[in-house]
Amino acid sequence: MKLATFKRHLVESFKSLKRNGWMSVAAFSAVTVTLLLVGVLLTILLNVNKIASDVENDVQVRVLINRGTAQQQRNQLKNKLKAETAVKKITFSSKEHELKNVIKSYGKGFKLFGGDGNPLYDVFIVQTKEPKQTVQIARKAKNMKFVYDAKYGGTSAKRLFAIVNSIQRWGMGISLLLLFVAVFLISNTIRITILSRQNEISIMRLVGATNSFIRWPFVLEGAWTGLFGAMLPLIIVDFGYVWTHRVLSQTLASTSYRLLSPGVFLVEIDALLILIGICIGALGATFSMRRFLKI
Amino acid sequence: MIEFKHVSKKYANQITAVDNFNLKIQQGEFVYVIGPSGAGKSTFIKMMYREEKPTLGQIKVNEYELEKIKNSKIPFFRRELGIVFQDFKLLSKLTVFENIAYALQVIEKDPVEIKKRVNHVLKLVKLVSKGAAFPAELSGGEQQRVAIARAIANKPSILIADEPTGNLDPETAEGIMKILEKINIQGTTVVMATHNSHIVNEFRHRVIEIENGHVIRDQDEGSFFQDEASNF
Ligand SMILES: Nc1ncnc2c1ncn2[C@@H]1O[C@H](COP(=O)(O)OP(=O)(O)OP(=O)(O)O)[C@@H](O)[C@H]1O
Ligand SMILES: [Mg+2]
Repeated sequence: MKLATFKRHLVESFKSLKRNGWMSVAAFSAVTVTLLLVGVLLTILLNVNKIASDVENDVQVRVLINRGTAQQQRNQLKNKLKAETAVKKITFSSKEHELKNVIKSYGKGFKLFGGDGNPLYDVFIVQTKEPKQTVQIARKAKNMKFVYDAKYGGTSAKRLFAIVNSIQRWGMGISLLLLFVAVFLISNTIRITILSRQNEISIMRLVGATNSFIRWPFVLEGAWTGLFGAMLPLIIVDFGYVWTHRVLSQTLASTSYRLLSPGVFLVEIDALLILIGICIGALGATFSMRRFLKI
Repeated sequence: MIEFKHVSKKYANQITAVDNFNLKIQQGEFVYVIGPSGAGKSTFIKMMYREEKPTLGQIKVNEYELEKIKNSKIPFFRRELGIVFQDFKLLSKLTVFENIAYALQVIEKDPVEIKKRVNHVLKLVKLVSKGAAFPAELSGGEQQRVAIARAIANKPSILIADEPTGNLDPETAEGIMKILEKINIQGTTVVMATHNSHIVNEFRHRVIEIENGHVIRDQDEGSFFQDEASNF
């Protein structure tokens, strides 16, 4: 395409955005609402996914020690665990220490359980060499003397993945529906432009302008609508995520699970939202053009 | 060159507007298409610029075979034609100059070339002084001259006009005819549908008369009425 032609298309597309006034605003808003929801859903989904994979990759087995187990018996248990080839490292965490962690993550309400009322167990935190060895170690540990229970990330990972799946399914459904509505609204707005410019279109066709030449300004108008509509969701998702990340990171500090850090992740989300915005805009425009360019 | 071979057009409502047309128009000819309202004149003409597709038969215009031309080729085919209507079809928001330039801009002609061409055709239709005026500020005849200027701006080999004088008084219509003849003399084929008997009799050219979808007369230097033609 010639530069002069492209400039012409640009000017035309801006003119009709302005001319359509409130219709354009309605179309922006549709894109804004859609992309906001898509952005939030996507952010949640990717983070839950990340945590689920953190859990899955967790190499810890928490071996809960029976209450009233003496120091010597505890050492016996420790040695037995150490003897397993899959075990890399063992750390002891007293029930007082465990309670502290709980209070740190869930709040002061749990202080009630201090002293003799502490419902928690002393724990050996056993690290395996490979994540998949956790299952085997947990099973073995469960059958050892002085052991109340042994837990590994696998079960929670399974539960988390189930959550991810349902978020994915619902999220996809809702997002698709919203995207559809946005495309529809954009295509309606652009139809107005087309109707108001039918004279021009018929003259262009008469004198031999190509379909792509005729289509360009409308497609650009759609793309602008999508791009501008993406701006507000972008800002909200960015700031919202930075804030949420800060708050949740404190809660997760005591675990080995981490949210996606805002830097690169947000750049990716932003790029994706802009891309989706432009695509639904251009798609809406293309839909509304189809009828008018039939011969 | 325009050639129709066994061409028929049946619309979706089962009306056969054109029935088995066989005719040839050579490059440089001036042809009137006449006949009563509803005879099929516009349908005949629309098939020439591929606004309508024939139901049967073959149409050849210049090197294009219109019954099988691809949609993507139609714009390039149209660039070899100039088309004029009864209602001018000018853009009211553009000046005379811009209206003509527009037709060249949308086929991506070079801006310098566009300026040259617009000035040339404005001279040809004698509207140089009105270049900056808007269509609403012009008389009907002047508006039609702008439309003709626009149609010939890209040097078409064929000028197609569907009742170009339909909205004009007799004197103005004659002015338009003089311009069309001038364009014709320079080598452009002119095909013109008209109801105007005075014009057809005054400016004699080949006459194709249609009635009820049939060609009932095809006569060189013909007049408007059949009987008058036999006296001629
Ligand atoms: N798009 C269409 N769909 C269906 N029928 C049509 C269509 N266009 C024209 N016709 C019919 O075809 C016949 C020929 O119409 P056409 O417009 O070619 O006549 P015409 O000779 O140009 O008439 P006029 O002098 O009034 O302009 C008429 O009976 C008309 O009703
Ligand atoms: Mg007609």
